[in-house]
Amino acid sequence: MLLIECPWCGPRDDQDFTYGGEAHIARPERPEKLSDEQWGDYLFMRSNPKGTHLERWVCNGCRRWFNVCRDTVTDEITAVYRMGEKPPGAIKKAGRKS
Amino acid sequence: MPEKYQWQSALATLGLEARALAPVAEPGVTLSERRVGTQLVIRGDAAEAEFAAGVSSVLGLDLPTEPKTAHRKGDRTLLWLGPDEWLAVVAGEGEDRLAVSLAEALVDLHHAIADVSHSRAVIGLEGPRAREVLMKGTNVDLHPRVFAEGSCVQAHLGRCHMLLHQLDAAPRYDIYVHRSFAVYAWSWLSDASREYGLSIASSGAVR
Repeated sequence: MLLIECPWCGPRDDQDFTYGGEAHIARPERPEKLSDEQWGDYLFMRSNPKGTHLERWVCNGCRRWFNVCRDTVTDEITAVYRMGEKPPGAIKKAGRKS
Repeated sequence: MPEKYQWQSALATLGLEARALAPVAEPGVTLSERRVGTQLVIRGDAAEAEFAAGVSSVLGLDLPTEPKTAHRKGDRTLLWLGPDEWLAVVAGEGEDRLAVSLAEALVDLHHAIADVSHSRAVIGLEGPRAREVLMKGTNVDLHPRVFAEGSCVQAHLGRCHMLLHQLDAAPRYDIYVHRSFAVYAWSWLSDASREYGLSIASSGAVR
């Protein structure tokens, strides 16, 4: 069980949230210019780090999406920040393995 | 939305008025149905001073911008649903023009108003053991330190969604559930209340 701090509702049980996968995946500006492989990479390929992971959650109370920085080994949540914001200073998005 | 004469309480099948004729002495918990005239979902930007002023000029209530709080005056309640979303509840009838008045007050502003008057049923829960009853069915912290008079929260009650609003420290609560879950929520609450002594009160307007 996780205690997640919604930026608006405060700390709540993880049953009150839904997971939304990896955060900060930008939709390509010109999808028609991409090869099938590049498009498939955007749609399906995700980093699967052991350690720090930036991910999206939605609060089922206030129905807002936000970002969470969670350690995939210990489940420790080190940061919570709103949509459109950048992760706090020291935290870097895990590099994608190609 | 049905015509007024077609409207029927979501709890009509339970015969609550008849059951309210035999109140229990010193009940730990009292349940009742709350009648609601109008419910509106209002959306807009709270940071826009004109939006907040427009809403409060029509409803006579300040817009609650603090998360999980509600403002209440007389028969009117304005509940925070999200950072840009509120539920206005007016108990009395004859408020058909409320949505129109709001739309007129907010005409040049970015906003949305939806009349959801019959979408939710409201169950009143009160009594010295009311908090214990809720604690059996929801995972939100209801300790008076963090959830007190004027607090509201969207959470689960048993297996259904609810909007919980605490009216005072007695404690008294109003529980908003979607209409099709009303009988389920009532059954769940009466089952959970039995051990404390349950009394059923006659239905009244949302306080």
